[in-house]
Amino acid sequence: MSRTTKHSKWRYILLGIATWLAAFTMPQTAQAEYGDVVINNYADAAGIRPVVFPHWFHRIRFRCKVCHADLGFAFKAGGNKIDMAKIIDGKFCGACHNGEVAWSVENCSMCHSGIPGTPTHFHGSTVQRLIAPAYKPVEAK
Amino acid sequence: MNLRNKSLLLSFAFSMAVSAPAMANEQVSAEGAQSEVIHLAQVSGANIFNRNLKKEEQRNAPPPEDGIHDTENEGTFVLQAPLEAYQGLPPSEYGNYVDWVKAIDEKKLNPRWDRVNSAEEPFVMDMDIVREVKASVPDVVFPHRQHTEWLACSNCHPAIFIPQKGANQINMSGILLGQQCGVCHGKVSFPITTKSCVKCHSKPKPADWQPPLSESTLKNPWR
Repeated sequence: MSRTTKHSKWRYILLGIATWLAAFTMPQTAQAEYGDVVINNYADAAGIRPVVFPHWFHRIRFRCKVCHADLGFAFKAGGNKIDMAKIIDGKFCGACHNGEVAWSVENCSMCHSGIPGTPTHFHGSTVQRLIAPAYKPVEAK
Repeated sequence: MNLRNKSLLLSFAFSMAVSAPAMANEQVSAEGAQSEVIHLAQVSGANIFNRNLKKEEQRNAPPPEDGIHDTENEGTFVLQAPLEAYQGLPPSEYGNYVDWVKAIDEKKLNPRWDRVNSAEEPFVMDMDIVREVKASVPDVVFPHRQHTEWLACSNCHPAIFIPQKGANQINMSGILLGQQCGVCHGKVSFPITTKSCVKCHSKPKPADWQPPLSESTLKNPWR
């Protein structure tokens, strides 16, 4: 029995070193705000930056009900198939972003501010961490 | 002698099985530091319960530094930084590091209930639902009050939760994969972390509580 212990000690030390090395050299994902949504249904194909939607900014001003019940936003990243025609028509974002409740659609770069090529995803969500691959960070380039 | 040899072999096989994946990980991370695509980021992102992993260095990063906004876009620099907006709001330990529910309770925040009419008040229903949990963790108390402060009834009923006692089967696996509570929790409302378990699992089990026996145990004639 004593021989067994002696043998596996080195294995455990090696395992410990490997774990610590892995923990400290692992690259970090983006540090965006919890609840930020990147919407890239059509943006990349249209040659414009994807939209970053900040939940935090909007929940300071409106309760969830306003968008998710009254305006019909589904609880799903990219699940609303929003395009600029719908927005100009006063649907989805366009219900407020019309120059009356909030600033209007001329400010393209305020919404279309994401890094090109970023797929539609819910930043920092548990589902994203567990089942969907994280997008690659820009620093890696 | 035979037994000793066997145990030696077994312990060796076990230690190899444990250390081999860790070794592989290390090699990939060393390569990943130089190459363009870092696959391990996905792994580190999944393992939020590993306390050995590095903590987030910067909380509530401003848009140009947060890694998802394009710094070549002039609009990125016009956007408000989260910390600026969170001034005076009660802190929390996860998510946006803001306790949004407390912020409304303390009247630090009064988001509109209607798109245009700022005078409209939410229809708040104060009703707690206790869900007895099969596992040995504390039972769940679902507070309608905090939820109706933010949401309309139609957001959850009847699509996500059938408004009837005993009609909803809920489990943590489903929640973590974005179903039921997980439609919001883990995405926008407070996330599922080891620190936030007690927010839902808040009612201690009765003193005489025993774990429920499985059906096969109950049917066992030799029990």
